[in-house]
Amino acid sequence: MTPVLAAVGDEIARAFVEIGLLAVGLAVLARLAARLGISAVPFYLLAGLGLGEGGIADIGVAEDFVALGAEIGVLLLLLTLGLEYTASELRDGLRTGAAPGAVDAALNFTPGFVAGVLLGWELPAAVLLGGVTWVSSSGVISKVLTDLNRLGYRETPSILNLLVIEDLAMAAYLPVVAAVVAGDDAAATLATVAIALAVVAAVLWATMTWGEHMSMRLDRVNDEALLLAVFGLTLLVGGLAQQLQISAAIGAFLVGLGLSGPVQHRAGALIAPLRDLFAAIFFLFFAFQVDPETLPAVMVPALLLLVVTAAGKLGSGWVAAGRIGATPAGRVRAGAALVARGEFSIVIASLGVALDDGGELGTLAAAYVLLSAVVGPILAKNADRLHLSGRREAAAAARER
Amino acid sequence: MAEIRETSLPGVGVRVEFTTEAGEQIGAIVHRGGRRELLVYDGDDPDRCTTLLTMTEDEARTLGEILGVPPVSKIKAAIQHDIEGLAIDWLPVAEGSPFAGRTIGEGMLRSRTGVSIVAVVRGADTVPAPGADFEFAAGDVAVAVGTPEGIEQVRAMFTA
Repeated sequence: MTPVLAAVGDEIARAFVEIGLLAVGLAVLARLAARLGISAVPFYLLAGLGLGEGGIADIGVAEDFVALGAEIGVLLLLLTLGLEYTASELRDGLRTGAAPGAVDAALNFTPGFVAGVLLGWELPAAVLLGGVTWVSSSGVISKVLTDLNRLGYRETPSILNLLVIEDLAMAAYLPVVAAVVAGDDAAATLATVAIALAVVAAVLWATMTWGEHMSMRLDRVNDEALLLAVFGLTLLVGGLAQQLQISAAIGAFLVGLGLSGPVQHRAGALIAPLRDLFAAIFFLFFAFQVDPETLPAVMVPALLLLVVTAAGKLGSGWVAAGRIGATPAGRVRAGAALVARGEFSIVIASLGVALDDGGELGTLAAAYVLLSAVVGPILAKNADRLHLSGRREAAAAARER
Repeated sequence: MAEIRETSLPGVGVRVEFTTEAGEQIGAIVHRGGRRELLVYDGDDPDRCTTLLTMTEDEARTLGEILGVPPVSKIKAAIQHDIEGLAIDWLPVAEGSPFAGRTIGEGMLRSRTGVSIVAVVRGADTVPAPGADFEFAAGDVAVAVGTPEGIEQVRAMFTA
């Protein structure tokens, strides 16, 4: 064997050991999270914070793989988000959920955006922070509702519908921020936004019109071919979207939206294990880039943001569940269930890494998600107590008067 | 038969419920994967429910059989068993579908998809073997027979 090959072989061996250790560590954390009944995302973030120490020095040779894996993780997260809902659910969501969706955006995007401005950040970073506080975690919330046996509750459709609306809103929000982040002058940014929105609207329209037809053709292939086709299509469309400066994430999301009917559920089931693997790498890599020493400094703003936006989600849930005739108790439960933020807040924050304030944005987003992914499920679980204590306080106030 | 209310649970499946003569609310969640949950709603807080049972699709069918299978599903199973490749399904005509307010003949369903409409359920009534001049209304449920692909095409037309 030539020395060159031996050196390469040695490097590969080191990379295997590093990636293997990381994966085993993540497995332990995922098991622990499942035991405690909470999302694994905060654990992955904590692990990344602990290992990274302000850089990615610790993973050495595996760095390239981890960096690319993290990018693929974002694409797969967005793909499965798009796969989650059928075309008719999206249509219904648009028809019935626009008003609660607007309330939700106003109550939860605004605090993040204002906080970014108050912190003296540049505009794109503030817009991204608004996104971080806006989007509830559909992953955490559907798990919480299932675990608490609340899927049959009267208010549950309003919660799920709001998640659908947030997803649809992402289809407009993501390309806009991608353009704002990349744009140099106002005219160029505006042009990119216009092109991006036009492309997204065209694809959405095509999806709702012909999606089921196209998907029926794909459904005839076997599992292996379907997995490769969907994975390949996601990377391909993502890459093309990135070249058009629309952001790869939105491309992947549109692929997910485009698949419907039986093939949608098959593809979702096939891609889920891959998504879990690469998404774990993404969360780890994101936290690698956060310097843990800067974390304590953002804890106070993160906590304040959480208080304001938890109230915001309680308001969103109150409005959404009220529209379908839920009782006050149900309306509080709906709001409390929506508090958890998670995977997509991190995805949004990661879009800003290249910005001057990107580092601070990442740290704040990590702290915020760590807090809300833990507090959210606890609030959801105790929503009825929250409702009762609110009623008692109101009664006490009434007596004083 | 009691009136069945249906609510879509995006990303999960469908929730169906009805009120018994005694005034109790009974419901079920049909998950996309086929899993079923049987629910009973709380008397005190009408928004809350308790999950009595979680069943697979097969178990739910068995439970239905124990309680007396509805004849339609028996017919469906029998037909599918006898002729391979033939599908029969109950397709609701959504509000806003181009088919609401049009007759079967105008829709040219059979020439476009090869699917025949063998009956239409409207509220408590059933119209067996509707003619070409039968006019669909939103909320109708059409009983369609054809190839699985054809049925899916008609389902898409009825929802769009």
